[in-house]
Amino acid sequence: MKNRLAMQIGLALLVLLGLAGGTQAADKVKAVASFSILGDLVRQVGGDRVEAVTLVGPDGDAHVFSPTPADAKMLAGAAVFFVNGLGFEGWMERLEKSSGFKGKTVVASTGVKPLTMSEEEGGEPETITDPHAWQDLDNVKLYVANIRDGLIAADPEGKSVYEANAAKYLAAIAKEEEAVREALAALPEARRKIITSHDAFGYFGAAYGLEIIAPEGVSTESEASAQDVAKIIRQIKAEKIPAVFLENVTDHRLLDQIARETGAKIGGTLYSDALSGPGGPAPTYLDMFRHNVGTLTVALSS
Amino acid sequence: MIDAVISPFIEFSFMRRALVGCLALSLGAPPIGVFLMLRRMSLMGDAMSHAILPGAAIGYLLAGLSLFAMSLGGFAAGLAVALAAGLVARSTVLREDASLAGFYLVSLALGVLIVSVRGSNIDLLHVLFGTVLALDDAALVLVAGIATLSLAVLAVIYRPLVLECFDPQFLRSASSLSSPTHLTFLVLVVLNLVAGFQALGTLMAVGIMLLPAIAARFWAEDISAMVLVAVLIAFAASLSGLLLSYYANVPTGPAIILLCGVFYLLSMLLGMRGGLIYRLVPRKHLEA
Repeated sequence: MKNRLAMQIGLALLVLLGLAGGTQAADKVKAVASFSILGDLVRQVGGDRVEAVTLVGPDGDAHVFSPTPADAKMLAGAAVFFVNGLGFEGWMERLEKSSGFKGKTVVASTGVKPLTMSEEEGGEPETITDPHAWQDLDNVKLYVANIRDGLIAADPEGKSVYEANAAKYLAAIAKEEEAVREALAALPEARRKIITSHDAFGYFGAAYGLEIIAPEGVSTESEASAQDVAKIIRQIKAEKIPAVFLENVTDHRLLDQIARETGAKIGGTLYSDALSGPGGPAPTYLDMFRHNVGTLTVALSS
Repeated sequence: MIDAVISPFIEFSFMRRALVGCLALSLGAPPIGVFLMLRRMSLMGDAMSHAILPGAAIGYLLAGLSLFAMSLGGFAAGLAVALAAGLVARSTVLREDASLAGFYLVSLALGVLIVSVRGSNIDLLHVLFGTVLALDDAALVLVAGIATLSLAVLAVIYRPLVLECFDPQFLRSASSLSSPTHLTFLVLVVLNLVAGFQALGTLMAVGIMLLPAIAARFWAEDISAMVLVAVLIAFAASLSGLLLSYYANVPTGPAIILLCGVFYLLSMLLGMRGGLIYRLVPRKHLEA
């Protein structure tokens, strides 16, 4: 008698567990995004149907990321893998191959008109593609469309959900874009110049009419030479650039030194390649954009 | 010419700060390097530079990107490894190089592990290693303080340390100062490495400790003369490295270490005490 009861309870528990496990695994589409900004976009479009994880988390630097076995395992179990493209994730191809990933890779920046940036390496300027396309809201509309199509291809049943989410999010982006243009248009022409610690804002500058000067090349790996720093200091003094900005992913000591030496003020932290944690000022992509524009306008208008 | 040497330092305060930092480092580190070389521990600097990683990582985990916490952590870890290796070498059959290799490899593995457990992809070494072009007041005080301290301590332990280099058996039998001297010296090594990482900003900081010292070996036989020559070579390499970085647009830390290397090669070829050319050209071997 006692035994039978225990067995019944056990069975019931097993069934319950099985059900719970089953629904979770079967319902959600597993998506992996290469970095936190892309991860947020995938979450916005995928909503409840998609379980989105990111390889390079908040405040991480995707330029110097090195994947762990857990990352490879995560990718192997995913249905779809979203990457930025434009040369941003140098480690991606190797990871894709080594992880045995069988799903579909979606390049979110497909269709974006790439900007180039010149990087001086050993005195010879070299033109390379600038990967930081998400710093222009217009480009992110393309990102959202690509993500929507990628999710529909991986999970055709969710088509209507993804389309509705994407449309809603695109409307939010359009609204944000208007606000950004309005805020930046108020800045006087002479003050539309900033210095920031790596060339991540090329698209931002081109889209919204700001001149962006960076003390380092495109990658956070390169070490500055004395000549680079001297050039920037001369330039800040000559052009009376009002503010320098820090980023959340690079070492700020060099910029501190430049600010001390030129008298330009430190305008605050801009988020370039990664979101902040959930408690920070930029937990989602649109929050990040709002925070960056707010920081810029405060520093440049005073 | 003189104007070309001076004008960058007049125009830019970051150049002045870099020069002051490098000169302070050149005062403290090369004398340590001379003793490391004489004690056949030249490769210890390299091992120690890896051994500090777990301490720096723990400092980072506890206090975030705090220069002080990471330097302190790095110093503690480096010291633990150096002392443990020194003690094992003195109380077991293992030689110092072997026991050091054992401890520093464990320490390095631990450091890499701690860094990746945190999961952040900030390059921790990049943060720990300042850049010579961005020395702020705190970093300058740290580097200069360590140089001052290490010169003062070296002056105190100079005699037993010299004896340790040439006749350790005698020192051990004649005095109880052997172990304290050795351990104090190890503390100085670690301190100067931490200062070097701050100032030069790369793992190559070990270079400014050792390259001038081994170059000085070709110019002097007397230890105090060797120390003096090593410091002068480090001064020259610091100044010319900064200028090279300024005019040729190359990263500063590697430029300074490369110039130390150039001085080493020149000394090896031209040195008066056992240099290559001096040995090859047959000459009257008159010693004054």
